[in-house]
Amino acid sequence: MATGQDIPPDMEPVYQYPESLTSRFTHYCPGCTHGVIHRLIAEVIDELGIRERTVGVAPVGCAVLAYDYFNLDFCEAAHGRAPAMATGIKRVSPDTVVFTYQGDGDLAAIGTAEIIHAANRGELITTIFVNNAIYGMTGGQMAPTTLPGQVTTSSPGGRDVRMAGWPIKMAELIGVLPGAAYVTRQAVLDVPGIRRAKQAIRLAFRVQLAGLGFSMVEILSTCNTNWGLSPLEALEWAKAHMVPYYPLGDTKVADAVRALMEQA
Amino acid sequence: MQEEILISGFGGQGTLFAGQMLAYAAMDAGFHVTWIPSYGPEIRGGRSRCTVIISDQEIGSPLVRHPSAAIVMSIPSMEAFEPAVRPGGVLVVNASLIPMRSQRPDLRVLYVPALEMAMELGSTRVANMICLGALVQAMSILPLETIEQAMDRYLGEPHRQWLSLNKEALRRGASLAMQ
Amino acid sequence: MARELWEGNMAIAEAAVRAGLEAFFGYPITPQTEILEYLSRRLPELGRVFLQAESEVASINMVYGAACAGARVMTSSSSPGISLMQEGFSYIACSEVPAVVVNLMRGGPGLGNVAPSQGDYFQAVKMAGHGDFHPIVLAPGSIQEAIDLTILAFDLADRYRTLAMIVADGSLGQMMEPAEMPPMRPVRPPGERPPWALTGARGRLPNVITSLYLAEEDLEQVNLRLQAKLRRIAANEVRWKEYATDDAELLIVAFGTVGRICQTVVREARAKGLKAGLLRPVTLWPFPSTRIAELAARVRGMLVVEMNAGQMLEDVRLAVEARCPVRFYGRLGGMIPLPDEILPQLEAMDAEV
Repeated sequence: MATGQDIPPDMEPVYQYPESLTSRFTHYCPGCTHGVIHRLIAEVIDELGIRERTVGVAPVGCAVLAYDYFNLDFCEAAHGRAPAMATGIKRVSPDTVVFTYQGDGDLAAIGTAEIIHAANRGELITTIFVNNAIYGMTGGQMAPTTLPGQVTTSSPGGRDVRMAGWPIKMAELIGVLPGAAYVTRQAVLDVPGIRRAKQAIRLAFRVQLAGLGFSMVEILSTCNTNWGLSPLEALEWAKAHMVPYYPLGDTKVADAVRALMEQA
Repeated sequence: MQEEILISGFGGQGTLFAGQMLAYAAMDAGFHVTWIPSYGPEIRGGRSRCTVIISDQEIGSPLVRHPSAAIVMSIPSMEAFEPAVRPGGVLVVNASLIPMRSQRPDLRVLYVPALEMAMELGSTRVANMICLGALVQAMSILPLETIEQAMDRYLGEPHRQWLSLNKEALRRGASLAMQ
Repeated sequence: MARELWEGNMAIAEAAVRAGLEAFFGYPITPQTEILEYLSRRLPELGRVFLQAESEVASINMVYGAACAGARVMTSSSSPGISLMQEGFSYIACSEVPAVVVNLMRGGPGLGNVAPSQGDYFQAVKMAGHGDFHPIVLAPGSIQEAIDLTILAFDLADRYRTLAMIVADGSLGQMMEPAEMPPMRPVRPPGERPPWALTGARGRLPNVITSLYLAEEDLEQVNLRLQAKLRRIAANEVRWKEYATDDAELLIVAFGTVGRICQTVVREARAKGLKAGLLRPVTLWPFPSTRIAELAARVRGMLVVEMNAGQMLEDVRLAVEARCPVRFYGRLGGMIPLPDEILPQLEAMDAEV
């Protein structure tokens, strides 16, 4: 890992390995966007100088081992319960910064009650919601966010909305709750999008630090393995199909958050 | 010595409260005591009911099938618990609401026109204390003053306005039992 | 400290406060809602955490989170709610964080009713969740014991980094009895959380709390460590009460409220010349098997009485190992067995064994 000490005095570091990441190789598939999102979170935590007081809560899903990759205090929640666990941590340790990292099955199916109520209470936690429209870890089953007609191993004829219902738009759903201060949907499908996603993650953590309420960043992501596409094709597929259904942008910016945005 | 007192009636007649005042008084007098609400046999017999056990030794079962005394404040309570009282026991009947006479010659039965007496005092709310006064006097388990002291000590803030009324009701009930 | 008349639910709640409870997460369910209501006033006035969760599932996971942060934490519920918490119990057990759970048992199965029951014995003792573990299970028989065991539950949970459960039938929560409340212990300041707690990796390597061990060898090692801890608990923490067992020929084994009811049975039996005694397990896990085996060698028979269809009965039989006859009497559906129905059982056994 390159650190500040390794850099000659006449040079200025412009790109480093974040201190908030460990040096372990991840188990994520080649082309998976989890790695990008991990890095964005780590950079934000480093930049905000909060690494030593941040506690992460990992989900059940592909990111179940996130605690191996973040150089942070971390715990592993039961499937869908990360917001409840984060609530417990934050309530007894208000000075810590607490975030959950959850996938679409975890947050939008089995953990729907926990995320809705944590958001509605205005719990001072930050949720990073990775939406790739499929169950990755269990091998590509239909998710609550799977698109109409999308083929998965449990919707072999394509998602039939008459039988399986419609994909859930969580950012919109959470955005209407009074306790949610900042809710946004971003995508890590190209470089400008990645930059915007980082800004959103940064703002979400700042909302927590300022005590303004619940914050969530939904991030449209890919699963090239279970989609059966190459990494590049997966990025294009997500742009072509996911973005139209899941429009990018903020679904909730409380007035106090707007004021915070203007400060920085 | 162990006495088991069952107090039964409709909700709102203050049976649980009367039992609690008795339990407080027994505790302050140094006895072992248990107070337990509507459990045990004849569950349908009294909408609102408690059992108070007062003993000079550690109390085992907090429930009994055959109490040594009972206050019945409603007809269903009378029907359910008059047969249950132990032979030689005491039965206090709220005669204002219960027209029938006891069929138990082996009990000491007190017919208390509790509602009429309470109205004389200005509030039907204290009918429970009139019955309790009669019971305590008839059983002579505790001096009446211990109940009054328990009320002094434990009556909650919202009810303190009724303190002297409750005490007077207790005394009226006791004097009826003395006659 | 003066004796005060305490209702069981409030006594448990206040005892938890005195034990240094920092946070309570719960969901209303009869017949223990008074615990939640009491703490909803009491904890905020002391500057501590109270939160009514959206479900028992959320409650136990909030408890799990707060326990990971190193706080003294508890929840309480009744049978159907406890079933919902079982997922969390298993995670807490594997992660080895301390937490206290109170179960004021009601009639089941299903929604059952709100009357007192001991139908969750198996659930608490044998299978509090998936996988190999036991919580420490404490069964008070009086309000004073409910207070004392609540304090003990926190201490044992901390000492062994485990889940400690207090189980009682619902009537104990509604009953009032004089009891002494211990003095208030100071709450551990946030700066003094245990070294394993998730407080932020300041000046140390990160702490990770997980129950996931993908490699079989790793998970086996974790299980072996848990089993070793359970053996330590079993060796050190068995508790029970005996009544008139010195010369007893017939032994009643009963826990909780039924245990104290059977104390009356023993008195009445003795008055009739029957040499009866009572063993009341105070810890249901670990179970006083050794003592029951000792007594089995010298009594003519044992009568197990429960408010269920015969659950602790199995543990008694395992301990007795056929050294003496074991009979059972139980009531179901929220019915409480009374002395006058238990005594004939004892007399029948006296005639037969």
